[in-house]
Amino acid sequence: MSFSSIDRRWIFLFILLGVAIPLIIPIGFKLEVTSDVQKVYDLIQNVEEDKLALISFDYDPASKPELHPMGYAIIKHAIEKNHIIVCTALWPMGSQMADDIYHNLKAEMPELEYGKNFINLGYKAGGMVTIQAMGKDMRKVYPTDVSGKDINEYEILNCVKSLKSFAYVVSLSSGTPGLKDWIMIAKDKYGVPVLGGATAVSTPGFKPYLNDSNQLNGLLGGLKNAAEYEGLVKRKGTATAGMDAQSVAHLIIIGFILLGNIAFFMNYKKVKD
Amino acid sequence: MNYIIPLIITFLAGLLMLVAEFIPHKPFESIVSELEIWFMIISGFAIVLGQLSLLKMNFFKIKYKSEGWKYCIVTLASFFIMLLVGIFWGTESHAGLLGQGKVFVDSIGVKPFDFIFNNIYQHLMAAMFSLLAFFIASAAYRAFIARTLESSLLLVSAIIVMLGNTSVGSSLTSFLPQSLNFLHLPNLSKFIMDYPNLAGQRAIMIGAGLGIIGSSLRIILGIERSWIGGKK
Amino acid sequence: MIEFWTSFGIWLGALSTLAIWSFLYKDNPFYKVAEQIFVGISAAYWLVYTIYNILIPNLFSKLIADPVANWIYFIPGILGLMMILRIIPKFEKLSFYPLSLLIGTTAGISLLRFLKSDVLTQTTATMLNPFAATSLTVTIGQIIIIIGTITGLVYFYFSKKHEGFIGANARVGIIFLMVSFGASFGYTVMARISLLIGRLQFIFGDWLHLIK
Repeated sequence: MSFSSIDRRWIFLFILLGVAIPLIIPIGFKLEVTSDVQKVYDLIQNVEEDKLALISFDYDPASKPELHPMGYAIIKHAIEKNHIIVCTALWPMGSQMADDIYHNLKAEMPELEYGKNFINLGYKAGGMVTIQAMGKDMRKVYPTDVSGKDINEYEILNCVKSLKSFAYVVSLSSGTPGLKDWIMIAKDKYGVPVLGGATAVSTPGFKPYLNDSNQLNGLLGGLKNAAEYEGLVKRKGTATAGMDAQSVAHLIIIGFILLGNIAFFMNYKKVKD
Repeated sequence: MNYIIPLIITFLAGLLMLVAEFIPHKPFESIVSELEIWFMIISGFAIVLGQLSLLKMNFFKIKYKSEGWKYCIVTLASFFIMLLVGIFWGTESHAGLLGQGKVFVDSIGVKPFDFIFNNIYQHLMAAMFSLLAFFIASAAYRAFIARTLESSLLLVSAIIVMLGNTSVGSSLTSFLPQSLNFLHLPNLSKFIMDYPNLAGQRAIMIGAGLGIIGSSLRIILGIERSWIGGKK
Repeated sequence: MIEFWTSFGIWLGALSTLAIWSFLYKDNPFYKVAEQIFVGISAAYWLVYTIYNILIPNLFSKLIADPVANWIYFIPGILGLMMILRIIPKFEKLSFYPLSLLIGTTAGISLLRFLKSDVLTQTTATMLNPFAATSLTVTIGQIIIIIGTITGLVYFYFSKKHEGFIGANARVGIIFLMVSFGASFGYTVMARISLLIGRLQFIFGDWLHLIK
């Protein structure tokens, strides 16, 4: 059996074991905090108490392993700083993701209370156009919260008029509509600081927005950055637990790339000879 | 006539958006503000249309016994079960036609809609996308070959970024002295991401941006009509 | 009772995962059934959430509460119904009216936003003075950004044949694009592995209790 004729199911098995073993028997590699993650932390850390933060859940269960840990860590940080969390969603399942984080975090943080420092406004369709409408009149877009209760009944939302009422926006985004739309409207049109939590796939595409104009004020890209943020807010969660497996899997894939190249060049030499 | 009025509406809607940006006062601002809410509502109806279209396609497949029609029964059954439990007993935060589904909450802990979402749908979706991990490993082995200078560059930058983005990457080069700190894998990976990657991504971004501006203008001016069947 | 249903739910989740993963061995009926359940539930979920989160609060409640004061909402309501009529081939053309509103609005907003965020601001961000940078690394990096962005754009310029001066620039441009694609591939691997980690954390943690 040559390298090139290897059954791909062996590769599948290798990857499965490479990820599974470090999850069951952790190695404990250390993490370094990167500057883009630190920027997210610093911005939230420096916002005054009782300010409003808009967190948009623009993802579904497919990206949950990457973005959910970011959601936990950011909300924990914001609540510790006494910010008021207002959740929205540009993806229908995002609304349920926000509820899930609220219920799980509530067990750890009794100070987290719906209607007092946390509100889920739910899902709206329309992407960029809807964000632009929020920039003009938030109450027209969201006359009720996710449960159908009139938002005028929530005292903490009394001061909310438009996007400008928020100290910062965080978009946890796994595609379109998502972070890009928030940058274009919330930051570039209305001047509200925007922080991003993106899947690793889309992270390289957001790098140009981290410029001198601060189109994006900070970015968490993928599981590694989520783990770094967990470290900063001292809440070791699934991202930190997954980093050993991530490291081993990367090494295995690099190994496969090298093997594939060796196989190709051996075969190439044989054909040439 | 069928095409002229929609083209006029497109022109006016696009023009209003442009005018309101530069004259953010009445009446333009308030008209645009109303249009944006209409947009959201009509988008909602478009989602309903999408689901109806899926139903129609599945019904036809069953009716004409097309290939794999038996699986369409599964699609329809799961669709109607989820829809009915959602309409009758609502979702986690929203009441349904028959109230909050207290009987279910007392016995299974959550409403039926959320039970299906939490225990079936989430797992199916996550498992479906996790398949990509296996296929990308297989693709890396078979297709990631350094045949040319360009593909070698792609390969080298991918390997550095992959190593730099793991905890093992920083352990591998932690022995380097301070003077060679830039060769430390996370730093090297960061350099690639912040400079050459950024340059490439920015070129793509500006190019695509110019393309979108061009297409938007063509749509507003009625030159691009493929969305109504491409009739002149 | 609740404990039983919680365990039952975890088993359902595990079996759903295994049914999907069975595709890795080969295509089979378990995978196909799981796939169709996924499609069906997904469609119903979108429909239910659209009704509860958009159509009821933003349209129906307003029209029911005070139809006279909110008469203007009859317009998007009627346009929405015209959109739905697209399902009947005979009335397909009625959907062009709501569609034209959606497309016109999107085109207008996209034109402005992409011009500002992706063209003008990005061009401004490329106008750097590398020699004012604080370190050699940043100076080199900024020179790379300037050269890479310009030559990358030249590569995407197809109105002239890539030969001579333009060809040479395009050749430099493709080098930057390749490094960029490599970085994207590295990040894609990271993303895909993260999804598998999430699944295995469920399988070995919640289901098999092998992870503490």
